[in-house]
Amino acid sequence: MPENTRARTVHPIVNRATLPLATPLRHLAAALLACAMLASHAADSEPPPHLRDTGLGARGVMPFSPQYTLWSDGADKRRWLWLPPGRSIDASNPDAWQFPPGTRLWKEFAVDGKPVETRYIERRASGRWAYATYVWNADGSDATLAPARGASALGGRYSVPSRDDCQACHGSAAVPVLGVGALQLSPERDPLAAHGQLPRAGDVDLHTLVRRGLVRGLPPALLATPPRIAADTPVERAALGYLHANCGHCHNGSDNRVPLRLTLAQSVAAPVASRDAALASLLGAPSRYRPPGLGGAPQVVSPGQPDSSVLTLRMQSRHPQVQMPPLGTQVPDTEGSALVHRWIQHDLAPQPPRKEASP
Amino acid sequence: MMSADTSLRLSACTAAIAVFAALAAATPPAGAADAAPAKATAATVAKGKYLVSTSGCTDCHTPVKMGANGPEPDLSRMLSGHPEGLKMPPAPVLPEGPWIASVGATMTAWSGPWGVSYTANLTPDADTGLGQWTARDFRATIRTGRHLGRGRALLPPMPIPVVQNFTDADLDAIFAYLQSIPAVKNRVPEPVAPGAPVAVK
Repeated sequence: MPENTRARTVHPIVNRATLPLATPLRHLAAALLACAMLASHAADSEPPPHLRDTGLGARGVMPFSPQYTLWSDGADKRRWLWLPPGRSIDASNPDAWQFPPGTRLWKEFAVDGKPVETRYIERRASGRWAYATYVWNADGSDATLAPARGASALGGRYSVPSRDDCQACHGSAAVPVLGVGALQLSPERDPLAAHGQLPRAGDVDLHTLVRRGLVRGLPPALLATPPRIAADTPVERAALGYLHANCGHCHNGSDNRVPLRLTLAQSVAAPVASRDAALASLLGAPSRYRPPGLGGAPQVVSPGQPDSSVLTLRMQSRHPQVQMPPLGTQVPDTEGSALVHRWIQHDLAPQPPRKEASP
Repeated sequence: MMSADTSLRLSACTAAIAVFAALAAATPPAGAADAAPAKATAATVAKGKYLVSTSGCTDCHTPVKMGANGPEPDLSRMLSGHPEGLKMPPAPVLPEGPWIASVGATMTAWSGPWGVSYTANLTPDADTGLGQWTARDFRATIRTGRHLGRGRALLPPMPIPVVQNFTDADLDAIFAYLQSIPAVKNRVPEPVAPGAPVAVK
């Protein structure tokens, strides 16, 4: 498989755990690494200068794949989670998981089969979340800490985010971890999700994490029935999932949200209510942003008319003063836009389908 | 076999774990924002007013009108940005050379290599001003030079490199003052990109 080949050839760090080390030696090495990882929590210090020093390769690092992905200009992404030994995630609020201090997450971005950067989030002992990103060298043998102000890669085609940029999205949600949650790791994946992929071998999902005792307190109903978005149609489910993953981190109901009446984050505790809130904030809602050419009071979503909807207009634009999301992408997401376009045009069309269908 | 070095590292780890455990016990709830904004007391608002009036904010955010003694700030529109009703004609095209920008007579519309920008409504109007903003949003905007700290970049002539130097307490005071002034309903137009108008379809 090309995926595995790439993993073997360019990711010695990730695959250190698979090297044929003698087991006791591996355990000692893992214990030392875990100690080193814990020790660095003691202070809110600058992140380590090399990715290899962040612990990506330690025992217990778990790959995962959210069912609804953030569009990153087509980059191929891989993600990992690590929890300190003996610690677990408190999921008693299933929409805002509480991660223990020491939690670490990585997301690798690869373009044309080569890793470009690996982003890193760590919850410090103080409870503060720290962000960093590591830029890979040309032969994929080492990744070094990017400047806090960000950087440019691939000859300007690729923007490595600044730490403020990290904070912009991750600091606007109820919890800064966006891809590890009940909806994103639901074992029942949305077959129509834009850019949806089957989980990779070894990926953990909601059930795995609960079974291993790494997620505790999750309401039992969410184990009995896998979390899913409430929607009238399969296309609507996928469209709301897309908006959840690409917009919901800023446009949500938490105290950290952007101060607009726009709620696109979906709840697993109250799926119907969150779906209704999303529709209410989209349909027929006047847009604060008024682009030239759409008249005096354009709507965020004009049912049946995607071309008159500010939502699709801004999704399709990459003009820096117009585009949504405002950062992290320079290329419109054709597949994601087509999905939302289809939803607005067909599923939300005021005529036949659903409004008159139910008495 | 464990080397002296390894054993030393393990001891250090044990100590580190103890420190870690002590710190973990005092972990604040998730999502805690940085420092909590200062409570808006009369003194805070007064400090904010002082900072706003000495830092040139009104120069561009309050439209200038012609009065009996010449141009003066239109205090009925204090800090409400470019007037919604003032439609600007296309900006003059400057010849090649060291002149780089043009400004409207209100001082609220600016044209330059970045396109045309209009100064923002800083009053607490809920729909068109900062009425729904929090102190955190305001701080984030000034710190990052991005709208709400997350959106599009703020445009010239907003002096972000200057105002970035305010302390958090200064910014909270400025925000408290801005929330205390009369709300003016005034929807400032979106900026215009350089060259052709922004294509919308």
